[in-house]
Amino acid sequence: MNINLTLIGQLLSFAVFVWFTMKYVWTPIMGALETRKKEIADGLAAAERGQHEQELAKERAKDVLHEAKAQAAEIVAQAQKRAAEIVDESKDTARVEGDRILTAAQSEIEQEANRAREQLREKVGMLAVAGAEKILKKEISADAHQDIVTALAKEI
Amino acid sequence: MAGDALTSGEYIKHHLTNLTFGQHPDGSWGIAHSAAEAKEMGFWAIHVDTMFWSIGLGVLFLYFFSKAAKTATQGVPGGLQNFVEWIVEFIDTSVRGSFSARNSLVAPLALTIFVWIFLQNLMDLVPVDVIPELAKLLGIHYMKVVPSTDPNATFGMAIGVFLLVLFYSIKIKGVGGFAGELTLQPFSSTNPIVNLLFIPINFILEFVSLIAKPISLALRLFGNMYAGEMIFILIAIMYNAGLILGLFGGVLQLGWAIFHILIITLQAFIFMTLTIVYLDMAHHEH
Repeated sequence: MNINLTLIGQLLSFAVFVWFTMKYVWTPIMGALETRKKEIADGLAAAERGQHEQELAKERAKDVLHEAKAQAAEIVAQAQKRAAEIVDESKDTARVEGDRILTAAQSEIEQEANRAREQLREKVGMLAVAGAEKILKKEISADAHQDIVTALAKEI
Repeated sequence: MAGDALTSGEYIKHHLTNLTFGQHPDGSWGIAHSAAEAKEMGFWAIHVDTMFWSIGLGVLFLYFFSKAAKTATQGVPGGLQNFVEWIVEFIDTSVRGSFSARNSLVAPLALTIFVWIFLQNLMDLVPVDVIPELAKLLGIHYMKVVPSTDPNATFGMAIGVFLLVLFYSIKIKGVGGFAGELTLQPFSSTNPIVNLLFIPINFILEFVSLIAKPISLALRLFGNMYAGEMIFILIAIMYNAGLILGLFGGVLQLGWAIFHILIITLQAFIFMTLTIVYLDMAHHEH
């Protein structure tokens, strides 16, 4: 148990070991630890961000779906309304057309009847003139008394 | 101990003698062949076994740690790297806990102290006769395998720490500040003349407490390890005393070794923590 040169030797080797540890052990390991810590933190942050984004996207998808449903319902309602309108319109058109056809037919019938009546009247007038001729013999010419015949025919 | 029947006293003495290289009284250099011869060599001799084992263990420590440091990547760490990082983080936590100033030297210093002392102490768990007997086969007669049972080793580290304490004390506080710390407290007075009288008293008190730091640091480790080694040697003596005592000795050695695991770790930790604390004190006015 002598104190001797070993003391100095140990002191020097201690110094060298500390220097070596500082330079080649501590610094790189702490650096790697720091980098890894940062990387893990970044990863966790990214994961959280991703989750958040996913949640947002879900929310957005829900909104979009909701909107689409509302739009679809609106479109269907509009279509139904339009269909009802078209039906109503065509009903109206049909009615108007029917009325028109009816009116036209009625007026034609009336015209036809008038014409027939006119012809009848003329015939009756002629018959009356012919009757009068026969009664009055040659005294009355049909041409000379045309106006009278016409007047008569109108009175019928 | 083949043939040469050693007495218990000689056996113990043999185990406590370092392999010393130095100058013989006749002027030639060589290995001391007895404890007395080693003593005669005086200061200019060196304990080859202490140097060999401590430097060997230090190199082993640095080899594995620098290997882990070199392959330290940000990716998933492997087995060795995990172990090294675990120790590094443990040291880092200890340093952060007790050291409040900023100094990039303290943490590597603490790591070196902790692991190196732990490895030195760990040699204590190797059964006391194994390595000396192997060395004897190689023709080496003295072999003390636990460097921390050599006061040269513990004082070497303690003085290293003490020099750092002095260096940082003067660097941080200046020569005047450090001298003031040594002379103007704990006793002080508003009267300048009384204050002047207090200076020698203060200096004696503070100087003793300053010197006590490295001495207690070195002697605590040395004392614990020396006592542990001594108990292992005493237990080993029992192996020569018959079957029953030998078996009893085996049980004792196992028990003491298990208990010693605690002591070697604790001593390494205490040395490291006190180093951190002393350096912290060197960085702060108090």
